[in-house]
Amino acid sequence: MTYRRYAVTLVALALLLVLLALACLVFGSVDIPVGKIVDILSGKGSGNKAWDIIILQSRIPMIATAALAGAALSISGLLLQTTFNNPLAGPSILGVSSGAGLGVAIVILALGGSLGGFFGESVGSYMAILVGTLLGAGAVLVVLIAFSAIVRSNTMLLIIGILVSYLTSSVVQLLNSVATEEGVHNYVSWGFGNFSGVSVAQMPVYAGVIILALIGSALMVKPLNAMLLGTRYASNLGINVPRARNILLLITGVLTAVVTAFCGPIGFIGLVVPHIARMALGTSNHSRLVPATILAGADIALLCAVASVSSPHGIIPINAITPIIGVPIILYIILNRRRIQYFN
Amino acid sequence: MKEHDTILTTDNLAVGYRNGKQQVTLLQGLNLSLEKGRLVALLGQNGAGKSTLLRAITADERPLDGTISVNGKNLLEMSQKDRSRLIGLVSTERIQAGALTVTELVGLGRQPHTGFLGRLDDEDREVVRQAMSDAGIIDKANEYMASLSDGERQKAMIARALAQQTPIIILDEPTAFLDVASRIETMRLLQTLAHDRGKAVLLSSHDISQSLMLADELWLITTDRQVLTGTTRQLVADGAMDRLFANRDIRFNSNILDYSF
Repeated sequence: MTYRRYAVTLVALALLLVLLALACLVFGSVDIPVGKIVDILSGKGSGNKAWDIIILQSRIPMIATAALAGAALSISGLLLQTTFNNPLAGPSILGVSSGAGLGVAIVILALGGSLGGFFGESVGSYMAILVGTLLGAGAVLVVLIAFSAIVRSNTMLLIIGILVSYLTSSVVQLLNSVATEEGVHNYVSWGFGNFSGVSVAQMPVYAGVIILALIGSALMVKPLNAMLLGTRYASNLGINVPRARNILLLITGVLTAVVTAFCGPIGFIGLVVPHIARMALGTSNHSRLVPATILAGADIALLCAVASVSSPHGIIPINAITPIIGVPIILYIILNRRRIQYFN
Repeated sequence: MKEHDTILTTDNLAVGYRNGKQQVTLLQGLNLSLEKGRLVALLGQNGAGKSTLLRAITADERPLDGTISVNGKNLLEMSQKDRSRLIGLVSTERIQAGALTVTELVGLGRQPHTGFLGRLDDEDREVVRQAMSDAGIIDKANEYMASLSDGERQKAMIARALAQQTPIIILDEPTAFLDVASRIETMRLLQTLAHDRGKAVLLSSHDISQSLMLADELWLITTDRQVLTGTTRQLVADGAMDRLFANRDIRFNSNILDYSF
């Protein structure tokens, strides 16, 4: 793969990121003139208090939330695909997101649904949810590691992931039957997925954890590349495979848990974006794949965010949009398996 | 090359597998040695323990008993990093490297020598180029692994092991999926690496006649679970070749260096 192709791809993805961020800034349920947005951003203010609040406390946090969520889920997908040697792995399909969701349900139930409108400002409530998702995602990853040692087949591991999802959603249903109406409502609306759940006050925790974990993934490119050759070659190359895998799954768990806690269980992005990055770059080399996956993930999430506010009839849930983007790409990949280098 | 320059020895090695609490010993009391500059072929029927023995020697599985030493140091007590600089591996495992170029794949062989992020410097790149040249795959340096034939792919994997710059190279059935021409080419390449580059090369194979013709030494796993070692000439003269397979109707024919029935 040429360096030129890599550079051009990264620049294109970065430009697209800027364009999509601008689109998110301009489009929304309230029409704000572009000139006024420039005034608000330059610190002058638009003279309209509501507009100032919409831009500064709603749209800008949403842009940051979406971009980071997309990057986080996509890197999760990439790490899962490489560690499990499975091109169809992803945080939602393997049940990691569902595990995080179960954690959320338990926390909501434990707190009696009184989360101050779920995305409440109280530090305690969103920290509790964060811990719940971390434990839930972590539990599912432990189950997956255990099963991956027993079942060698990739397909079987995917099926186990899907079974885990069914099981967690059934536990959630059971919990809902004893939960308060408010709790159930909160859980259901959380399940739609949305990028408006991170307030300005929560942003430092959300962004800080995600950025740290993304840096962590970038530091793992050497073992990731070795693992393309399978565990035996990787350990022959001096990689401590069990330790590398645990670190990678820890990073995956943290990224998925944080995003799921704040944005809901968002499907397809984690599965699809690593493939977009591989096809755009024409390589499986992680030292190039990681940056491209981060940018492409942010792009796709912002695209979903723009789409979610594009309807005149109100906000469209993110999880109504991701399959529309994701399914055709997955079908394309499955149908073209033989022509795509990284399957051979 | 100095005669009998021993690099790897096994002392009372026993290999097998653990099945729950049960321990199944396949081979035991093995005192084997590998020498620099020699090509050794490990032969035996399916299930005899070829792969198990190789997995022990590459430290992928702990032996049931005994020790393995490289340059006098216990292989199992070494750090993984040290081991990765002594023994290079070529196995038949499925890899996901189709979208790597040959150069990128061979570059992975430098991992034991590179820093935390695995970046290659000019010296590493020169080693990679030389390895591709030695393995005869340099004309495909910028091709994707996915576009190579099976024989070319195996050469790239051997180049990867060469780039690792280990004194020992171990190959688990390197010719298993190859056509006859590629098999002979691969075996000749391995012979050259042993004789001209001074590597200690150990490979397992089902290809009796080629192993007999090209290997300097044979390790034969007999049907009664003994490992006989020696040159082709010695072993054929001793009638050892007839102890390789259980079927009495299959006899070794020393004129064609192969089995007939």
